[in-house]
Amino acid sequence: MVEGKSLGLKLFRIFNYTLLISLAVVCLVPLIHILAVSLSSNVAASAGIVKLWPKDLTFKSYAFVLSKGEFLLSLWISVKRVLIGTVVSMLLTILIAYPLSKSGRELKFRTGYAWYFVFTILFSGGLIPWYMTIRTTGLLDSIWALVLPNAVPVFNVILLLNFFRGLPKELEEAAFVDGSGYWKTLWRIYVPLSMPSIATIGLFTIVSHWNSWFDGLILMNSQNNYPLSSYLQTIIVQSSLTNMSAEQLKNLASVSDRTVKSAQIFVGALPILACYPFLQKYFVKGMVLGGVKG
Amino acid sequence: MLKKGFKRQLPLHLMLLPGIVLVFIYCYIPMVGGIMAFQKFIPSKGLFHSKWVGLKNFEYLFSMPDFYQVLWNTVFIAILKIIFGLIVPITIAILLNEVGKSVVKRWVQTLIYLPHFLSWVILGGVLIDILSPSYGLLNQFLGIFSIKPIFFLGDNQWFPFTIVLSDVWKEFGFSTIVYLAALTAVNPSLYEAAVIDGANRWKQTWNITIPGILPIIVLMTTLSLGNVLNAGFDQVFNLYSPLVYESGDILDTLIYRIGLIDGQYGVATALGLFKSLISFALVSISYWLAYKIADYRIF
Repeated sequence: MVEGKSLGLKLFRIFNYTLLISLAVVCLVPLIHILAVSLSSNVAASAGIVKLWPKDLTFKSYAFVLSKGEFLLSLWISVKRVLIGTVVSMLLTILIAYPLSKSGRELKFRTGYAWYFVFTILFSGGLIPWYMTIRTTGLLDSIWALVLPNAVPVFNVILLLNFFRGLPKELEEAAFVDGSGYWKTLWRIYVPLSMPSIATIGLFTIVSHWNSWFDGLILMNSQNNYPLSSYLQTIIVQSSLTNMSAEQLKNLASVSDRTVKSAQIFVGALPILACYPFLQKYFVKGMVLGGVKG
Repeated sequence: MLKKGFKRQLPLHLMLLPGIVLVFIYCYIPMVGGIMAFQKFIPSKGLFHSKWVGLKNFEYLFSMPDFYQVLWNTVFIAILKIIFGLIVPITIAILLNEVGKSVVKRWVQTLIYLPHFLSWVILGGVLIDILSPSYGLLNQFLGIFSIKPIFFLGDNQWFPFTIVLSDVWKEFGFSTIVYLAALTAVNPSLYEAAVIDGANRWKQTWNITIPGILPIIVLMTTLSLGNVLNAGFDQVFNLYSPLVYESGDILDTLIYRIGLIDGQYGVATALGLFKSLISFALVSISYWLAYKIADYRIF
């Protein structure tokens, strides 16, 4: 943009920088506050004097959180869920996007297939029939209940199919001439060439599996099968001290409910916070791709 | 020449098969299951042996005094979210664009985009803490200006706005980036020409920047029409309490409570079907409009 040098412009710049920086601060401060509380002593947190820096630095809350069996168990289930869920979902996305990226001449019923998938974005049976279907298929309390019902992310399919369409046709024709079939062409040419898009979609899938909590909450009858985010939902938001052992209650006396909750919140956010700086550019790219195309 | 027969196409159809089966089971069967809305559904009897009750479930719903309040809450919260979810990111994108390429721009972008990736469970926990009337950081801050503590999550006057504002707080960074991408695509020579013609910054923004991103603004506005009944289940569920049902209970939370807590499956399905049908109409209209106005295609 072309620069001007009036006083008004200078004032505007000061205002603009101040506003934007405050907005960034507003997005970050709550998280720093929670971190500070989680690292503070029980007394300081209860007195409400902790702001953005821990008072009487202690790791007791984290020790308490990490010593809880249910916490570690749910963490393990979340890891399993992210791994299985992402692999299944990415495989399906690729396998659906490739045929749909073909023209109607090359794939009979292409439009019919495409509408079959797109219709699920437009209309849904609602929560209760969805729940009943999963219950009837016997998936309740199984890790597959967290994977299969949402295994086909239609928006991601659309994203990837648009990317596939952008690849030069000649590559595929050359592969056919060399005697490759569709399967080989997909894995040897389309997938390697689409790695940036696939990585971006994969990242979004990982994040959404890590963050999903509601399905775990209703599809798992036993708390032992909760993934971490569902477990955190029950203790951070619903908050119950009822199902604690006597020993845990004794330990809790030296830490406070508030510092423990803060520690749990922070641990739940940590994987995303830790990866975010490195993966941010992929997220931005995927975002722009998704926002403009689908 | 390539053979175009069905046999040659077979691998493509096979690739689609697993996806088609899964979508059939977990999307289409539940749609059929929607007929539970016309039954007194009992899980042990199943869909085929439960008693048919005609429109009883709907009559019951529409006679519930809560229903109209909840419908109003849903539309109110959703529309406010749509409006602020458009205005705030567009404004911030224009302001960020004025900063030019700099470290500040990159940092601001990175930080405002962050909350989008955290779930409402995490952010719900954060908000419950910082909005607390007794020890919450925000009320302590307001205390400096001698404002009395506000019970943001427990006061019916404040709750809907708390929901809208915190949703904007979580999501504005995400949308800002979309608009920012559109802004960088505006032809720079237009600005140069404008300067030669003596246009100041304000005029440049008004006559070049905004028209430049108008297509994407129109597109986003049109597509958001489909969300009029989506007030945000994940968020409301993690922040509300019986104290604020009056102003904060929305269709999705009501469906959850009637269905999965009270076990009135038929009634909850009826409410779900009511919502799905209206949403279906709205989303279809919004896609159709987006296609007509902005030549937008889903696939």
